[in-house]
Amino acid sequence: MTEAATTFADWLVVAPLALALLGASLCAMFWWRPLAQTLIGFATTGAMVVIALLLFLRVLSEGPQVMAMGAWPAPFGIVFAADTLGAGLALVTAVIGFLTLAYSIGDQDSDFRRVGYTPLLLAMLAGVSGAFLTGDIFNLYVWFEVLLIGSFGLIVLGGRKDQLEGALKYATLNLLATTFFLIATGLLYGLVGTLNMADLAAKVEAVESRGLVNAISALYLMAFGMKAAAFPLFFWLPASYHTPQPGVSAIFGGLLTKVGVYALIRTFTLIFPLDGGVFNDLLVWIAGATILFGGMGALAQTDLRRVVAFTVVGGIGYMLVGLALSTPAALSGGIFYMLHSMLISTGLFMAVGIAGRIGGGYDTRTLAGIYRAAPVFSGLFLLAAFVASGIPPFSGFWPKVVLVEASITSGKPWLAGAVLVGGFLTTLALARAFALAFWRDSDVALPPSETSHRAFAALVIPTAVIILGATALGIFAGPVAEIASAAAEELLRPAAYIAAVLGGGA
Amino acid sequence: MEPVFALVIGLMFAITVFLFLSRSFVRIILGIFMLSNATHLLIFTAGRLTLEVPPLIPGDAYVPTEAIANPLPQALILTAIVISFALFAFILILTYRTYQEIGTVDVDEMEASEPPARGEGRE
Repeated sequence: MTEAATTFADWLVVAPLALALLGASLCAMFWWRPLAQTLIGFATTGAMVVIALLLFLRVLSEGPQVMAMGAWPAPFGIVFAADTLGAGLALVTAVIGFLTLAYSIGDQDSDFRRVGYTPLLLAMLAGVSGAFLTGDIFNLYVWFEVLLIGSFGLIVLGGRKDQLEGALKYATLNLLATTFFLIATGLLYGLVGTLNMADLAAKVEAVESRGLVNAISALYLMAFGMKAAAFPLFFWLPASYHTPQPGVSAIFGGLLTKVGVYALIRTFTLIFPLDGGVFNDLLVWIAGATILFGGMGALAQTDLRRVVAFTVVGGIGYMLVGLALSTPAALSGGIFYMLHSMLISTGLFMAVGIAGRIGGGYDTRTLAGIYRAAPVFSGLFLLAAFVASGIPPFSGFWPKVVLVEASITSGKPWLAGAVLVGGFLTTLALARAFALAFWRDSDVALPPSETSHRAFAALVIPTAVIILGATALGIFAGPVAEIASAAAEELLRPAAYIAAVLGGGA
Repeated sequence: MEPVFALVIGLMFAITVFLFLSRSFVRIILGIFMLSNATHLLIFTAGRLTLEVPPLIPGDAYVPTEAIANPLPQALILTAIVISFALFAFILILTYRTYQEIGTVDVDEMEASEPPARGEGRE
């Protein structure tokens, strides 16, 4: 047992999720006072942004940061370990959490904020940050459940018929996925006797019976693939993501599937590295199919929210291409796309929520004339559509260039084709949504908006911030690409991470 | 001991699959309950079974002096039981509430959150 005092840097590693849990508990104490909850929510997420930024800068300059719970040395206790990817995602999580709270202020037509919106949101943020920062696979399961519990509460707020039903499907399938995750973890523990991810890396490599290892990694692939909404396990997403409050859809679309992708990246680079085996081929197919089915699904929908839900699915495919090819360049492209997709998915869901509020519905067959009612906001939506489709110089474009190039150099030209066709399908789907709902003139005047100017501003400002943020990601692509390739290098050469956890950690 | 446990766990997984194939949502959530219990037993068995040796360390020693039962799987299962119990309770209430709203637990009839079929206008 080490007696060294825990330093400030160590606390930074757990601070984002500790803050979120603290904020959630405080909000629960002010249950009947939505205003106090909102203020606590802003204070908490604001502090999370600052702390996560400090942590991220520290990881960039000094390498992976580790904190061992209760100073139990690894691999015996639970460790939290932040590397470039984990810390970067925790930062984006905090930013999206803050902006979603701001967006919800304008979402005043129902009293959902009186029934625990803010505490549930903060609890979910705690789960997401915990998942990004933990270094222990059983602990990862616990954070998955924490974020699930928060998201279950959020998805039913409002209690409409389709919401309850969507929530039931969402809850059942996600519960099933986490149970598969738990089964795989139990078997893995039985096989090698450790749960620390850095320790697992060496121990799993030493296991002689590769069949058992492959069976366990197949279970992980299925569990996380379901979470990430990868083909063919994505059907729960478009069946549920369009039902909750727009703000809730936004944060779900931005964060939750990416936790699944993060878990896939973490397990399949650190614990079960892909080295051209059967899972490599399988992931390549899954990635290509996810891109194409996401794009085609988006094209087939008439509900604006479902169009966006399918573009989220398609986006997952690009990240998986990066993982499946497993070269530093490809993985950095996948990580860049992940950052881009977290921001723009949130932004698109937010924008669609506003469009539905202006137009009084989401059906593209009847929705029309939003451009005439709100030209500036329509421009914003068009910008978001450009960013999401990956039209140069916006942020979806650069990672796709990297992914196409990596697919061709890895001898998989059809995968490059899938990336390009998928981008084309997304462009078509979003352009059609814009042409129908925004550009087309309405025969009848739009119903007078019940939203006050202040509430409208509260909705549009966070949406604009996040969409412009995603745009900036493309315009200042150089530094972002550098960070993404640093993260990819770290993942593919995990020696530094393992040394930080097992060697210096305590 | 382990083979007996393995058989029981396998049987529980089989029952889970059978329940999942049902159209009634109540049976599906019972399947989830069965699945999580099977998983708890699986973790317990994966941690190796030891008969009647509590994981106690004598007062004058720093490490156990003889083979003891593995306490870690029990800690893991305790965590998992609490979580799965809470989520089961939630999903049970959610099912009941959904039943109150849409008047059915038949999964084939749950389509309020699906897009309308072609040619059939909705809202």
